[in-house]
Amino acid sequence: MSIYSKVKPQFWEAGSRSGPNKNLFNFRRIWHLAILLLAVVALVPLLIMTFIDYNVTRHSLESENLLRTSRTTSNTRRTVTNFLHERKKALAFLAEHQGVQRLLNKQNLEAILSSMQKSFGGFVDIGVIDENGKQRAYIGPHDLLGRDYSEQEWFQNTLSRGAYTSGVFLGFRDEPHLIVARRIQDFKSGKSFVLRATLDTEEFNTILSSIDLPDTGDAFIVDRDGIIQTPSKWHGDFLSKVDLPRPEFSETTRVLQETSKDGTAYTVGYAYVTDTPFIVLVIKNTAELMRPLNTIRMELLWLLAISIAIILFVIVGVATYMVNKIYMADQTRARTLHQVEHTNRMASIGRLAAGVAHEINNPLAIINEKAGLINDLFVFKEEYANDRRLLANIHSIIASVERCGKITKRLLSFARHIDVHEANIRFKDIAEEVIGFLQKEAEYRSITIKMNIPEDLPEFTSDRGKLQQIFLNLVNNAFQAMNDGGNLAISASEEMDNSLIFAVEDDGCGIPETDKKRIFDPFFSTKKTTGGTGLGLSITYGLVQELGGAMTVDSDVGKGTTFTITMPLKANKADDNEDITG
Amino acid sequence: MSEKVLLIDDEVEFLENLSERMRVRGMDVSTAETPENAVAAIDSGDYDAIVLDLQMPGMNGIEMLKLIKKSHPDMQVILLTGQATLEAGIQAMKLGAMDFMEKPADINALTEKIKKAQAKKMVLVEKKTESKVKDILNSKGW
Repeated sequence: MSIYSKVKPQFWEAGSRSGPNKNLFNFRRIWHLAILLLAVVALVPLLIMTFIDYNVTRHSLESENLLRTSRTTSNTRRTVTNFLHERKKALAFLAEHQGVQRLLNKQNLEAILSSMQKSFGGFVDIGVIDENGKQRAYIGPHDLLGRDYSEQEWFQNTLSRGAYTSGVFLGFRDEPHLIVARRIQDFKSGKSFVLRATLDTEEFNTILSSIDLPDTGDAFIVDRDGIIQTPSKWHGDFLSKVDLPRPEFSETTRVLQETSKDGTAYTVGYAYVTDTPFIVLVIKNTAELMRPLNTIRMELLWLLAISIAIILFVIVGVATYMVNKIYMADQTRARTLHQVEHTNRMASIGRLAAGVAHEINNPLAIINEKAGLINDLFVFKEEYANDRRLLANIHSIIASVERCGKITKRLLSFARHIDVHEANIRFKDIAEEVIGFLQKEAEYRSITIKMNIPEDLPEFTSDRGKLQQIFLNLVNNAFQAMNDGGNLAISASEEMDNSLIFAVEDDGCGIPETDKKRIFDPFFSTKKTTGGTGLGLSITYGLVQELGGAMTVDSDVGKGTTFTITMPLKANKADDNEDITG
Repeated sequence: MSEKVLLIDDEVEFLENLSERMRVRGMDVSTAETPENAVAAIDSGDYDAIVLDLQMPGMNGIEMLKLIKKSHPDMQVILLTGQATLEAGIQAMKLGAMDFMEKPADINALTEKIKKAQAKKMVLVEKKTESKVKDILNSKGW
């Protein structure tokens, strides 16, 4: 037996019924609906909760990433701002404290540069430029004394604005640097000078490289044209244009989601450094930031899959169990209904049969007596005694009356047995009674009936009416399965285990293997189109069970069918229903 | 000795034919079509057996049987009916009917039963007579 047939519930093969309420009894449909409904009720909230949980986690992770990026950007800007602010203030202090003349003094300027390098750090050189743009004093590693800056934009800007911080550029020295410059006034001559110092960009690089970023993260400074001012790991070469759009001006730190030209999504934190051309950029690969989400997503998916599997398993189990229970209850209900229906029908037939028999018996008795009287007259009076033709006619009438009498007696017997409960039974009597009913049909259809019932078969106690009905149904069934000229055999034998075996065997069309399991189900019929109710064998099966017996079928398509009934010799009845006929 | 039989049935035609056939067989047959006639006939004649129909207008066979058994406990009654039910048969036998036959009945079977009824009645009468004689002898002190 395959696993499928082992786990297959009983209702699986139950045929659907016809009629307006057919869906009520389509158990496979009920099963499907139950599973669907339970699955929807159980799984939809689970899926919604999982979806919500996933989104909440994603949002919180995104928020955390934005916050961290924003904080990093903000801190970097503060550091850069402080760095530049300190150095600009140092220049302002020098301008106020020293005055132009002292600053033009080479020794003094050298001492100042040395002090500033020691105390502040980051200063590369320092110079004083007159209002014509000529460098009048210079201390530093390059030979820039006398250099003319009058055409330089930064020089003009410093003169016009009073203070200036440049972006990073290569300049005359061909090295990346930035300058901070301040206009100072010589009180003696009234002329304007520019005090300029060059700052080492290495300091910037150190600040930015100290930021704790993931591998794909990047922190650098661009100017307001988007030119990269400090080395970037991933977003362009030094002093080239950054590969992301320049963020719009904001006084506060902001974080954006940007997509590069190659389609990579980035979380970009930026902050404009006040009074400088610098924009601090902290760029992180969004996918990498969201990587923890992948782990969470996988965990959620596993949990969801396992939960769904368990829920579906339980749902299928519960639905199968419940629908099977409903099916069994329905089967029991149907069987009871059919029994009641059958009993009522049999009671009606019985009443009808008894009525007919009673009504016929009286006129039959009159015919009998009249024919008898004529016969007596012929027998007792010599003048008629030799008229053999007349006597033959009279005997024919008497024989016919006798035949009618037997029929009415059989009808009465049949009717009577419906109400009879238990009695001692000779199986041969039952078989003969049943065959008696169908003898005419058998003769008409040339069906040969053989009875192999041993004379010494013991009597047994059972319900005569029910037994009669069982065999009537089986013989009727066999008749329907056979063509004209078929063979029917009724046999009986005693078994060693105190039981009797009765068999009704025909050589009719047989039952296909697929139908065999269902022939005892109520409403199962292969003759529905020709008026079969599908109740005959179901009722028969029920009756056999009621009498404590068992019924099996053995059939080969085209060869015939044998119904075998095993009855206990000593009545050992199944839960017998109260006799409904009363 | 011919058997003295009373046939009780509301079917006059049946009654006439059956009685004639029984007479042909040497029986002394009387008939009654109504319960009233039947009661009168039973009271006036000493029958060996009564053949009684179960279904009659006025009084059914069971009631008639009760009545007969009440007044003539030794009377042998054979029920002959076209409306036989097992219950009626069992009830009749319990009430003391000698036998129960269904219509149409075989005349020979019926005459056999009547002969048995006569023999049974004779035995009963003999026993009764014997016990009466014994009673008289006892009362006289013989």
